[in-house]
Amino acid sequence: MAEITDTSVAIRQASTKRPNAIVGFFARLFREKPLGAAGAVICLIFLFAGVFADLLAPYGYNQIMPINRMKPPSWQFWFGTDNLGRDIFSRILYGARLSVIIGLSAAGLATIISVVLGITTGYLGGKFDMLVQRFVDAWMSFPELVVLIVVVAVVGPGMFPVIGILGCFLGIAGSRIIRSAVLSVREQSYIHAAQSIGGGTQRILWRHILPNVMPPVIVLFTTRVGAVILAEASLSFLGLGVPPPAPSWGGMLTGSSRNYMYLAPWMALAPGICLTLVVFSINMFGDALRDLLDPRMRTHR
Amino acid sequence: MRGYILRRVLALIPTLIFASLIVFVTIRLMPGNIIDLMLSQNDVSASKQTREQLEAALGLDTPMYVQYFKWLGALVFKGSLGNSLWTNTPVMDEILHRLPITFELGIMALLVSLVVGIPIGVYAALKQDTIGDYILRTFSILALAIPGFWLGTLVMVFPSIWWGWSPSVRFIPFSQDPIGHLLQLALPALILGKAFSAITMRLTRTLMLEVMRQDYIRTAKAKGLSVGTIVMRHALRNALIPVITLVGLQAGALIGGAVILEQIFVIPGMGLLLLEAVGSRDYPTITGVFLVFGVAIVFINLLVDLSYGFLDPKVRNR
Repeated sequence: MAEITDTSVAIRQASTKRPNAIVGFFARLFREKPLGAAGAVICLIFLFAGVFADLLAPYGYNQIMPINRMKPPSWQFWFGTDNLGRDIFSRILYGARLSVIIGLSAAGLATIISVVLGITTGYLGGKFDMLVQRFVDAWMSFPELVVLIVVVAVVGPGMFPVIGILGCFLGIAGSRIIRSAVLSVREQSYIHAAQSIGGGTQRILWRHILPNVMPPVIVLFTTRVGAVILAEASLSFLGLGVPPPAPSWGGMLTGSSRNYMYLAPWMALAPGICLTLVVFSINMFGDALRDLLDPRMRTHR
Repeated sequence: MRGYILRRVLALIPTLIFASLIVFVTIRLMPGNIIDLMLSQNDVSASKQTREQLEAALGLDTPMYVQYFKWLGALVFKGSLGNSLWTNTPVMDEILHRLPITFELGIMALLVSLVVGIPIGVYAALKQDTIGDYILRTFSILALAIPGFWLGTLVMVFPSIWWGWSPSVRFIPFSQDPIGHLLQLALPALILGKAFSAITMRLTRTLMLEVMRQDYIRTAKAKGLSVGTIVMRHALRNALIPVITLVGLQAGALIGGAVILEQIFVIPGMGLLLLEAVGSRDYPTITGVFLVFGVAIVFINLLVDLSYGFLDPKVRNR
């Protein structure tokens, strides 16, 4: 129990941007969860690659060099070139940027939706909760990818539709997790105290409920980033994500490039390896975070 | 029990009507009108008149709510999902033709995940916090992270480069060659089952750890029973019940994965039908496939809930 209060204190301090608490938290991560720490490091490398893709990439993401079509990996082209003569390494770097943008913004949107739905339904309860829960039931009774396919077909492919749809979808699905956390916080004596001194609903939600469900919120956000990156790649693979020539990792494995993979198999390798590595490290990091921040969530899998 | 089933089935109806309405309306808002698509294939300079004739022939000239109620009426009274706008054949026939293939793929993937996931989960739990446990757990997270479509792509590309062998892209029906048919589905089923094996393994491990701490397990150990007997007779039976819930929870993801793998391995199931229909703006087919998926998931979850009663005496007597 001491451990839980410890970390929730650490998180509260972290959220008020006290650098010591963050450093302390990461020190604990490295000491107790080396695999999770390794995951965090790999995530940071990809984040760095995405942010500085402009500076790091030797070529443009759509710089077509007909003379260099389907060149195997070499010192000049680290991951080889594709059927149009584009440097795959550069495309991977710009693809990391795309994944970072989509991953963070869609997971952010999803988390905001989950938190708003979760804390209002969990705290207010009653008819409002009933109504929203039935809506969530109906929403979740359809397979995620199928809904995504149909909705993208309606809205049209592109980065913003994908962010919006993934954000809404995962947000609504995740509201259950936040709601269940709120249900236990709601009955704590400090909430009753806040109610009895006449605290307004908005103030209680914002100042008392939200800070106390922060651990599951942070864990939810982290795992959502991985889920979003994978979902975006799947959609782009089906030709329904970010349209070419954007260097989406999923999109690099699809379309006309599939016909050339038999001649240039390296085209099939780099995007898949990067996807696997990123999602793997996010999940490792997320697992470690969950163990450190919120032991209650361990069985929810 | 019968009342419970009836209530569950009745509770489905508003969900499905609500969902069908949403799909019905939204897919008609898709950019790229089907009339444009059809005309562009035949006659580029189609006059306004042919356009209206075509709309009328397809029943797209009436207001949307009229179209919806017509469609709902046909579904309720005739069990029809309408006709495909392209081939003019009943959507229901096409779906009934393709549903068994996707169902088969899903069942095979499920079997893979149980056969692989449960024994490994038990092993990892018995060897908790040893090197073996860590390696297996790390592998399970890795299996979750590998995208199925990438693995499918690798399976299509590399064996053909190395050994000149690649999975057949011509579908073999069961009636023609049962063994060839099952072998053809085996690869996508293995890939589809990979992620679920990982999830099953992790859940089995967690549940086994919980069960192994129970008093009755300690009693069994004290009686001198072997580890094998304790696991098989006492622990696993109790640990496995929540694994069945997992099947219900994962049904949606299983269908989503099947859509992608059918596309890669060119298996003419529901997923390929959906992707084709989305590409050709065949509204009735999209609505039909979507609805059938929804019904399937809801029924799988109903079956899961009911199976609790059979498997767990504690629930049965309640």
